[in-house]
Amino acid sequence: MAAYELNGTTYEHDEEGYLTDISQWNPELAELIAKDEKIEMTPEHWEVVNFLREYYEEYQIAPAIRVLVKAMKKKFGKEKGSNKYLYELFPYGPAKQACKIAGLPKPTGCV
Amino acid sequence: MAMDEMPDVPDVTKKFLYVNRKAPYGTIYALESLEVVLIGAAFEQDVSLAFLDDGVYQLVDGQDTTGIGMKNFSPTYRALGDYEVTKLYVEKESLEERGLTPDDLMQITYEDEDDDWAEKPSIRIVSRAEMIDIMADQDVILSF
Repeated sequence: MAAYELNGTTYEHDEEGYLTDISQWNPELAELIAKDEKIEMTPEHWEVVNFLREYYEEYQIAPAIRVLVKAMKKKFGKEKGSNKYLYELFPYGPAKQACKIAGLPKPTGCV
Repeated sequence: MAMDEMPDVPDVTKKFLYVNRKAPYGTIYALESLEVVLIGAAFEQDVSLAFLDDGVYQLVDGQDTTGIGMKNFSPTYRALGDYEVTKLYVEKESLEERGLTPDDLMQITYEDEDDDWAEKPSIRIVSRAEMIDIMADQDVILSF
């Protein structure tokens, strides 16, 4: 099985790059996964990633994109709660890419 | 309601009822049902869930799965409101037959967009007779 390598530790991931063991996640690993996705992590990226982790912590699922948009809108306001904003941060699909970086499984209801 | 957001195609909305009759763990039915509901929610249908027989155990508060090595997915029911699934019908007789009361169930709420995002309970306790009417009123029933 393929894996990420960081500071001498191996982190297994599935064929699409999602972390196998969510409990192994750490911010440094997130930076590495982001690099693989060709994303330079900014505070705005972290805001989304942290938000997803909190959502997962509370509900045990990674939200579908429209649910993420709605929840972001509620928490951070209209400017950030939009498809456009999230796609600018994560061009290959905000739910998919941000979830991968956050160490979460692929979003449930991601169609 | 979602219908306001899609005025062009209001007539394609169907009433879907997911019927849950089995205990949450031991079989995969409860988790599968929940995942189908979450995936199906993207299609903006009028979705409701029914819990009867051992299915009422799916909503019991304070589930702890550490002893059986399965993921406790019960917190996910509380996310249903985010997916605009806001009607969870629980059969009163099924609760009573198992020595349960509505107080034994999780607090599951949704925010009503049409009422200034007021938080409202999603769980509605209904009698067996009312459940029959609810089922008769559906376009599609999926049984788990």
